[in-house]
Amino acid sequence: MEDYLIQKLIAITGKENAKTTTAQKLAYSYDATANFQALPDLVLSPSNTKEIQEIVKICSEYKIPIISRGSGTNLAAGTVPNAGGVVLLFNRMNQILEFDEENLTLTVQPGVITKDINELVEPKGLFYPPDPSSMKISTIGGNVSENSGGLRGLKYGVTRDYVKGLTVVLPNGEILKTGGKLSKDVAGYDLTSLFVGSEGTIGVITEIILSLIPLPQTKQTLLVFYDQLETAAKTVSSIIAAKVVPATLEFMDKGTIENVEEYMKIGLPTDCEAMLLIEQDGDLQTVERDMQLVHKICMEHGAKSTQLAQSAEEALQLSTARRVALSVLARKRPTTILEDATVPRSEIANMVKEIQRIAVKYNLMIFTFGHAGDGNLHPTCLTDVRDKEEMERVEAAFSEIFDSAIRLGGTITGEHGVGEMKAPYLEWKIGASGIEVMKGIKQSLDPLNIMNPGKIFAKDRKQRVVVQT
Amino acid sequence: MTTALQEKMQQAFVTHVDDDRLMDCMRCGFCLPACPTYIHSGFDETQSPRGRIALMKAIRDGQIMWDGSVEESFDLCLGCRACEPACPAGVQYGTLIEETREAILSVKPQSLKEKVVRKGAFDNLFADQKKMQQAVNLVTFYQKSGLQKVVRKIGFLELFPPFMKEMESVLPIPAKRKKPENERAKVKVKVAFFAGCLMDTLFNETNRNTIAILEKLGCEVLIPENQQCCGALHGHSGELEKSKRNAIANIKAFELDEIDFIVNNAGGCGAFLGEYDKLLSNDPILFEKAKQFTAKQIDISSLLIKLGIVDYLEKLPVSSSLGLVTYQDSCHLRNVTGVKDEPRDILKAVQDCKYVELPNADLCCGSAGIYNLLQPKMASLLLESKMQKVKEVSASTVITTNPGCLLQMKVGIEREGLSTTTQALHLVDFIYGKMFYQ
Repeated sequence: MEDYLIQKLIAITGKENAKTTTAQKLAYSYDATANFQALPDLVLSPSNTKEIQEIVKICSEYKIPIISRGSGTNLAAGTVPNAGGVVLLFNRMNQILEFDEENLTLTVQPGVITKDINELVEPKGLFYPPDPSSMKISTIGGNVSENSGGLRGLKYGVTRDYVKGLTVVLPNGEILKTGGKLSKDVAGYDLTSLFVGSEGTIGVITEIILSLIPLPQTKQTLLVFYDQLETAAKTVSSIIAAKVVPATLEFMDKGTIENVEEYMKIGLPTDCEAMLLIEQDGDLQTVERDMQLVHKICMEHGAKSTQLAQSAEEALQLSTARRVALSVLARKRPTTILEDATVPRSEIANMVKEIQRIAVKYNLMIFTFGHAGDGNLHPTCLTDVRDKEEMERVEAAFSEIFDSAIRLGGTITGEHGVGEMKAPYLEWKIGASGIEVMKGIKQSLDPLNIMNPGKIFAKDRKQRVVVQT
Repeated sequence: MTTALQEKMQQAFVTHVDDDRLMDCMRCGFCLPACPTYIHSGFDETQSPRGRIALMKAIRDGQIMWDGSVEESFDLCLGCRACEPACPAGVQYGTLIEETREAILSVKPQSLKEKVVRKGAFDNLFADQKKMQQAVNLVTFYQKSGLQKVVRKIGFLELFPPFMKEMESVLPIPAKRKKPENERAKVKVKVAFFAGCLMDTLFNETNRNTIAILEKLGCEVLIPENQQCCGALHGHSGELEKSKRNAIANIKAFELDEIDFIVNNAGGCGAFLGEYDKLLSNDPILFEKAKQFTAKQIDISSLLIKLGIVDYLEKLPVSSSLGLVTYQDSCHLRNVTGVKDEPRDILKAVQDCKYVELPNADLCCGSAGIYNLLQPKMASLLLESKMQKVKEVSASTVITTNPGCLLQMKVGIEREGLSTTTQALHLVDFIYGKMFYQ
């Protein structure tokens, strides 16, 4: 990027809100995805929608890429500036704008930390359910752009289910306001839904209206341990089939349990093959009834032992144990690559079996944890990017995992997004016509391709090798 | 264009900074909310542990070239290691930043200011207990002779960074060195006392109080001669060879079979003593001895808990109201040694005061060895928000467990004009007052 353009852009935010040094550019060259990195030309922290409009207008005039970035916890290389350009930060747009307790909405700027929303609304008896594992770090803007899930997705859905309205700066610099505080609104296409999960590829989100629900009265947390992976997985399908919808139904395999225990030291048994973390919330009567039924189903499926959290602190500790699962696995090998292949709940046992088979076939260390109740698994491969031969096997294994997931009626990503990492596989899920429709939307909104280029749509698509098993 | 310095720097990173250790970081970002410089720089990734590790790797791999901006990021790191307990992946950040500083030091001449501070501190004072004593005698002389007044009047200290001036005004008057004669309970535990260079001179009274409390609770306290500064300040600045020298001397000085524990009352020293095994891991002969040495380390609060201090304090009659007491963690005691509940439990057991938790007590106060001298701007920001929290809880006493933090708290109290309502004390001195002046 030429210097006069950099100066032009810096003039909008002021020098103190622009980052241009070697160290600063390097610090914004990555996110939480292994093996993806690229330097931006400039990092800007605008303070309002108007400044963003001005930035977008210049970028549009000179075809400069814009990459909106929250806290950089993305797991699909969605915020890596792979074509250079301007990284937009929201550290100065991190205010709660309005807490409307009559309409049960919260209007926020994109830079608000997800967990701060919980801490604000829960003392008032209200609840914002989406809780991605990175919620202590991630921003709400990032969550909306990625349509993040979390541990409570099974009962409460994902970020999309709580976004009522957005303010967006479009690639041409115009402002679009979608939705509002309404509970009913069918005025034309559902543009709010279009922007949620669009990964910063069709505009810059600058304001978000979230909906809140009443805070559940109480919560119970249960751990269940198994000697066999498969019986744990079968329990999951049986619980749902029994018409119980727990708030959380999480799964961890042996390798994950061992590493979590090494970090947390909370006495998890490391001699079992799998563990389920089950939470139900609601009024006391319902919670007790559901959890008794869940307990019964677990035992019928051959659970080895169970452990009910005795206090709120213990419950928090147990869900934290699950939240750190991905990061603790990094202890094993230098590089941690995870996926979030997702299948219909009824297929969870088959998917777990497939992952095990593929790990053996390619001789790789793959551990699995995830939101079993959602059919959303996180097979995580522990490897070393410095070993080219092994990396080739990793790629082949993940291709096969995607293929298996799709064959079982699933998808290549349940909650992490496509980003740059999974772009080559998108067509496998949505087909050629799906790609055409999505490209059409992208083209009409961002004809110059300045919004997070190189994400979602791949330069080269992967040839799908249908594996016979 | 790459300069010779940049090439040498990359080479130095290859030599000193361990690639496998760098690869432990999977960039999840869980460390970000724990990092004081990330928070106080408006969430600047450049000033975060994840950012610094990425910079180390990028320099090492030749992805970027060394320049002032990279240096600034490393310089601004407090070395508080709050990122370590926050890191699920078990990244050894403390070791990485020490290796980084060692690499930088091997190539780049230090700034004059840093040189003055380092030379004075590391090569002389902290390497030699006698010199430390002389320096402290000088401080005493300085304070008592009236020279202090003169110096203040002529503004000699204007020549130094403002922080040093403030520091000068809160320096304690060192007590005379003498062997304490204490009442002694039946010996239950044998301990060797690590006196610490700063604690043994400037905070000499705290050391005597420590021994008195230990003896009252049934310890036989040995004070091995020939012990030296722990070497932490050298190590944190990348002068690893110098810190190894101190480590070896201390391991020798404490080679005592009959003792149960080696106790210290300074969080920073304790953490470094507890990592001698890591420091000497490449030394085949000394590594085993270092392991034995570190296994015996204990901080004063943990030892007091073992000796039943909670029970003891709870049974003491209530004599006066000591008001609200709060506790500022010593970063290294909490993040490296892993001690956070013990000092709090002791304070909660004192019936004359009410313990209040200081919000963000786990965030560094900005003292961080000689950080407050080298990075006065960031240190002041940290201290300012720390004192804001002290005011919020309206504590009349702020307790610490490390001399650097103690001095920093004293500076903060002075700066905020709180000295009539708030005092800063070492945990030991607070407890001593309760136990012996009942």
